[in-house]
This record gives sequence, C-alpha cells and structure tokens, in this order.
Amino acid sequence: MRYLPHTDEDIAAMLGVVGLKELDDLFAAVPEECRFGRALYLPEAMSEWALEEHVGRLAGRMAVSPAYSVYLGAGSYDHYIPATVTSLLGRSEFVTSYTPYQPEMLQGTLQGIYEYQTLAARLLGMEVATASHYDGATALAEALLMSVRITGRKRVALSRAIHPHYRQVVRTYFAPTGYELLEIPFLETGLTDLARLDEIRDLAAVALHSPNFFGCIENLQTAAERAHSGGALLVAGFTEALAFGLLKSPGSQGADIVAGEGQSLGIPRSFGGPALGVLASRKQHMRILPGRLVGKTKDRDGRRGFVLTLATREQHIRREKATSNICSNNSLCALAAAMYMASLGGTGIRELAALNHDKAEYLKSALRDAGCVIRFSSPTFNEFVVGFPGGFDAQHRRLLEKKIVAGLPLGGYYPELADHGLLCVTETCNREKMDRLVREVVS
Amino acid sequence: MSEPLGTTGLILNEPLLWEKGKKGRCGFSMPPSDVPRNPLPAELTGDGPDFPDLSEIEVVRHYTRLSTWNFGVDTGLYPLGSCTMKYNPKINEKLAGLPGFAAAHPLLPAELSQGALQLMFELERYLLEISGLDAVTLQPAAGAQGELTGMLIIHAYHRLRGKQRTKILIPDTAHGTNPASAALCGYLPIPIPSGPDGILLSETVAALMDSETAGIMITNPNTLGLFEGNIREIAQIVHDRGGLVYGDGANMNAVLGIVRPGEIGVDILHLNLHKTFSSPHGGGGPGAGPVAVRKDLGRFLPVPRVVERNGAYELSEDFPGSVGRVVAFHGHFGILLRAYAYILSMGPDGLKKASRLAVLNANYIREKLKDVLHLAFDPPCMHECVFSDQKQQGSGITTLEMAKRLMDYGYHPPTIYFPLIVHGAIMIEPTETETKEDLDGFIEAFRSVIQEAKKNPGLLREAPVRCKVKRLDEIAAARNPCLTG
Repeated sequence: MRYLPHTDEDIAAMLGVVGLKELDDLFAAVPEECRFGRALYLPEAMSEWALEEHVGRLAGRMAVSPAYSVYLGAGSYDHYIPATVTSLLGRSEFVTSYTPYQPEMLQGTLQGIYEYQTLAARLLGMEVATASHYDGATALAEALLMSVRITGRKRVALSRAIHPHYRQVVRTYFAPTGYELLEIPFLETGLTDLARLDEIRDLAAVALHSPNFFGCIENLQTAAERAHSGGALLVAGFTEALAFGLLKSPGSQGADIVAGEGQSLGIPRSFGGPALGVLASRKQHMRILPGRLVGKTKDRDGRRGFVLTLATREQHIRREKATSNICSNNSLCALAAAMYMASLGGTGIRELAALNHDKAEYLKSALRDAGCVIRFSSPTFNEFVVGFPGGFDAQHRRLLEKKIVAGLPLGGYYPELADHGLLCVTETCNREKMDRLVREVVS
Repeated sequence: MSEPLGTTGLILNEPLLWEKGKKGRCGFSMPPSDVPRNPLPAELTGDGPDFPDLSEIEVVRHYTRLSTWNFGVDTGLYPLGSCTMKYNPKINEKLAGLPGFAAAHPLLPAELSQGALQLMFELERYLLEISGLDAVTLQPAAGAQGELTGMLIIHAYHRLRGKQRTKILIPDTAHGTNPASAALCGYLPIPIPSGPDGILLSETVAALMDSETAGIMITNPNTLGLFEGNIREIAQIVHDRGGLVYGDGANMNAVLGIVRPGEIGVDILHLNLHKTFSSPHGGGGPGAGPVAVRKDLGRFLPVPRVVERNGAYELSEDFPGSVGRVVAFHGHFGILLRAYAYILSMGPDGLKKASRLAVLNANYIREKLKDVLHLAFDPPCMHECVFSDQKQQGSGITTLEMAKRLMDYGYHPPTIYFPLIVHGAIMIEPTETETKEDLDGFIEAFRSVIQEAKKNPGLLREAPVRCKVKRLDEIAAARNPCLTG
C-alpha cells in the first residue's frame, strides 16, 4: 500500500526497539473481549486508476453544466471560480496544515485568515468577522445563541422568509435549550411583516435574511429600528454573499450580528458542502463571539505577525464555559473566499453583482411577458419566485427531460406557495439559454 | 549528527492585500453583459465594499508567497497529538474536483444526483462496518458537531423515555469539545478522574453514575494514548442505570479493524474523517464528523437521510423522531468523497495495517525518547504517546520552549499542554504514514533540543529563529485585539 512506507525490515527493527515480536503484540492492552474477531467486510483495495474510473462513473451520474441548464440557487450558487483560486487554494502548504496553534510556522494561513476577516467585515459593514463556521445555517444558530448570551433574554424571532433549512437547523440547536423560537410571517410583497415585531416583547434577537429566501431585499434599517426599540438585537443573515457588491451592507443598516453563507465567494457547490459560515459582529461583542479569531501582533524583532487570539472564549481553554463547542472550522473555505474577493476587488465585485442582478431581471421580465406569474413585487437580487402557465410543478418535471432544472419547487416548504418555484440566474447563464427556458415554459 | 532538516532559504516578504494594487485593476474575467442594464432602486444600493483592486498576477504572487510561510504534512512530520496528521492522498483531491461532484447543486432532484447519493449510501455502509454500529448520519460538519449531534440524540432519547436527565460524565482527559458539546444541550459535565494507570476505573464510574446522569462520553483510545480496557464493564454500569455511552472517535486511527466500538458497549460514535480517513485539515478545516448509532437510536438521527428504494437512492425526511437538521444541506460532501476514496484505496487489510503501523510508530518514538523525557504513564501506548516536562523542570526550560526549538530543526511541534492532567504535556502522534527515517530524524532532533536545554538554554528561549517570524507576542494580541486591517 503506497501510503504505508514500512518495509518488513523496518517493522522488524522497530518491533525490536519496543521489545515485541509481532505487530499484534502492540495491542496487548486491548482485552480479548474487546477484540474484533474477523476481517472487516469492505471492498478490496483498488488501484489508483480503478478508483478514478469508479468515482468518475459516479460523478457522471450527476446533472451539471454544460449538459444541464440548472436554475437552482436557494443557498448554493453557480458562480464562476477563477482558475487562480482553484490553483492557489490547492497549494499543499495551505491544504495539509492544521489549526495554527504554532503561529511562527503557519504565518501563511494566519495572514490569509486575517485578510479574510478584514474583507468579510468590509463586505458586511461590520467590525469583526470570525475565522469561519461550518455554513450559513450553523452560523445563524450560533448568532442567535450569542444574542441570548448578550441580552440575557430567552426568546428569538425568525422571519419565515429565512431559508427553511436554516430555520430547521436553528430549531435543532434550540431544541434542548428551552429557549423560545417565534416565526414572523411574510407579506404579499415577499418581505417580512416587521409590524408583527411590535406585538412581541422580550426578544433577544430578530433574525432576517436579506436577500431573503425568495430573493427579495428586506428593509434591514426598519428591522433594526424595530428590534432595537424593544431592546432586541438584529441578526442579519444571507445565503447569497455576492449581493453585497451592490446592496447596502447589513452593518450600515444597523445589524448587530451578521450570519450568512459565503459559498458564493469562490467555493464549489460540491453537493452542498463544505461551504463557509460567515459570522460577524460589532466590536463590543467580540469577546462573546463563538469560533476562532486571528489577530495582529509583533514578533520579538518587532515585525508584524499573526496569531490565534481571544482563545479564552474557546472550548480548548474554557471547556463547558466556552462560547461554542466549535473546533475544526472551515478555514480553507475562508481562504478561498479571501482569494476570490481579492481577485474581484471592489470594482469587480460591484460589476459582477450588477451582472447577476441584470441577468435575473432579464429572465424575470421575459417570463412575465410570456405569461408567467412573478409572485412577489419587491425588488430581488438574483433569485425570484415564479408560477408557470400550466403549473410550475408539472412544467418543472417536463423540463427535466429536456435537461433543464427550472429552479426549486416551493410547495414542500411553503403550502401557500404550492405550484411556485424559486429560480436563480448568475453570471454563468447567458441570454440564449434564458430565451430557451422561456420558450420551453410557454411551449 | 547528520545535517539538520531545518534550514533557511530565501523567503519573500509580502504586504497585506490592501497594501497592494491600484483602483481599476481586476483579477477576474469580467464578460461584457448580454442583457440590458436594470439598476436596483437607489435606496437599496450601497457603495460596494472597500476591497483592494488587484490584477491576476498580484493575487497569484500574494498567495504563493504566503504559502511558503506555512508548514503542512506535505512539508514534513507534523506529530500533533490527537489530530492524526497523516498523509492526505493526492488522488482524493483530484476526485473531489471532478465537475460532476464539484459543480453539483445540493437540491438537484434525486434522479439527477444518483452518483452522489450512491457514494453517500456506500460510505455509510463502510463506516457502519468499521464502527460495528447500525445506522449513521454523514451530516455533521466536524467532530465537535458530531458530538453535539450525539448529545442531541441522548437528549431526545431521555425525553422520549419520559424523564430528562441533567448530567454527563466526562473523563478528565477529554478534549474540550466534549464538555462544550454537552453544555450546548444543557447538560452539566461531571469530570471523572482517571485511575493511576491513566485509564478509567469501573468503580469510579459506578460511584458517579446515577439516575440524573444521561450518559458518559468516552474517547477510546483516550488522549493519553491508552486503551480504556474497562470499557465494557463501564458501559454495562451506564446502561444498567439507564444512561447511554457516547464514543468520541477522534482516536479511531489506532484500532481500525481491531476494535469495533459498537461491540464494546458504545451506543453513539462520531468519526473524524479528517483524522482517521485522510481528508486534509486545511489549516483548521473543513472536516467531517459522521455519527453512527446502535439500531434503536437510528430514529433520532438528523434528516435528511439517504435511503435506497428499488435500486435508486433518494433523500428522505420521513423520520419523525429525528433531532432535525444540523447543517444546511447534506454535510461536507467534498470531505465524504475523500474518505470514501481513502477507504477504497486502502481496503480492509490496508486499514488494519494502518492502525497497526500508527501504533508501532508511536511506541517507537515513546521508546526512543523515554530516557530523556518523563513518560506521563507507564503502559505502552496506542497511536500517540504523552510525556511531561518533569525531567526538564530543574533546567527552567518549559515544554513551550522545547516545542518552539523543534521548529528550527524542521519539525512541527507535538500537541502541548494537553491533556490537562499531565504537567507540561507533550503529546506525540506520528501516524502510520511516516517512514522510520523521518521518525529517527525527529527523535534525534528532539534529543538535541533536550541537550540544548541543559547546555545552552538560550537557544530554546530564543527559538524559533528559522521561521518567517520570531516568537510572536500572543499576550499583546489578546490584550489589545486587532482583528481587522
């Protein structure tokens, strides 16, 4: 086996040093009644090329571009990843290192994550961003638990226009805590009914996604004012990070904590993971933030360097009193996001965000002109909810046979949106494909 | 002594991203638009983020230079105890990049994602065979999230039985994630002291296990690198008193094909795919922490789960007792894929041999260093060995200083100051993928460092001197945090 370098002579020599005869003798401490009595029943070892052929065959059974036109967003987006990002991220000095507990040896990762924290904070208009969480859903759950710690209140409100899976994850995290979770309905506009907030007292936090699950851009400023007037924090989330190339940042509109998904920033969809949980807050809350943080410092010669810092929040120091149990995070994905943001630059991200919006608007108006129902009137970024003539679900099924995945049917998530679907368009789509989709829908 | 591995070469300085570039540059291929401009209402738009504008070559040089300041398994021996820094096969990276998988949307209809679902289904079967358990979820994103999932299952189990319990037993050698995960479910962690030989004693558990205790979390082999030989008896005590046994599989690399946790009393087990199953650590993650359970606990596993119907695979949420979803989609599929490829590359014999060689390598280091470093506990170890700094205490040299000096010799230091019950702990886990020559080099380097501690301790206090930076001031960083630039 090529990953195991020991020759028979090596093994004999090493066993000699430890004073044993056979490899089995190494397990003397394992009582007989704990030993597994047979060989593992697993496929026999495959050669590298047989494995490549096998996994290649499995990969061939997936519907991806260019064979398929996929109009799915809903928390995972088809943005082009520059070859530079893939290539640089593949450098094994980044890939095969671990958490930089020994900072002098891992300045590459540490400066890279410090830069990520900075760019993420700038993107969101916040003061501090953590080194990463698992995904947007767990970041949201952590943000809400954090709001409970900050305010001492035990009740949070979530907009129903937050991604349904994210709400499920929050429910899972909250189930054993006894904290109360309320849901705020959405209006016919596709926006959260913020007036409902006035009826609820003692909230630790109000959580919104903007753009929300329907692609609609929420009024975070009003949400922040209403939350703050009742002493609650505003937790602003998102699934489409690229939107902030164009939209006002959540921070500039009064969000106290921002928790979202950074997959759009140079990370492959990879059937849903690994992605990137982005968590950011105001500076006043940095000592309560869950997750790792990289900080700037100096070495003995006074040169700039970076270290993991504020570790007294973390489980390896504080154990049960830590602000979270997180240990492994999604560091390499954060590094990918930094590379991507650096590649786009301030000018590029604005242009790319506008391109996404314009393309989605093109498809939206073409579908509307062709007799489809655009469900919500509010402005959207690159996703929107639509009903097709002849019924969304039937058309969606029919189009699959034509190798078009026409978005996500919503009836399973929202009974009131039965026979509607969520469509997404990014820069990778072109006019020709969109025109074809419209023709197929009305044909 | 042969020429040391650690040396100095030409390393280039590199400023921060925003100290470079010029407004108007772009490192991204921006196409002309083929649709009309359609601006959003002005009240919704901002100025856009204040990012530096860089050209492609500036981005490439930036990250290439940064990478040269890093040390990875591909660079050299990385014996971080409890982290299992084994070699990360290149073929796995290649397979994870196949467009069919890398570009696959998680919400594709089942009939259009059979390849990924089949892979997940088969990986589940393999992990069940390895763990000796009956049902598994691949969803947890890391070991700690696997622990949380396990705690949620224990919580749901007791709730269903009609009486919630308040405490969890956790050995004093446990990873910090164990008590932190238990606390997230509202459980009070009760520390169990280890016995004189570094393993848990049944009577200690018996004295603590009561009707208010929901279960126990055991890492086996434990973080001292010792097999918990009383596990079956301990599990019996916990079960008899209505509790569940959670197995932390962080150290599973020691016992593949040798011990199946499901057969020795473990009810719930997480596996770290980024440790035992070779997926890379990525400078801190992403990992993956699948959780396997015994049959009657399967109902509590997170949804969705992969199911097979008439030869086709689909994702099902039809499990009413489930604790719910723990991540947005189906877990870290890209990591699952690498573990799947690893298991198929190794085969059953290769996996067992990997564990045997991991244990051999650890014992070899233990034997070769035990005359100069104090062994925390006497019995032979499993996959890692733990020393204390007792023999160095007279010299005024600490574990930290020895660790820093090892860097100058070209080795990543071991895990230090953990487990907490060992004074100045030095926890060495070489893994099976290291050659005898590399182990000999590490041993020789460590012995030199210990010699230097006696003869020239200044070298240790100054260390490291061959890295990109010298000793960094971590206290100043925490006192006056600067987290963004």
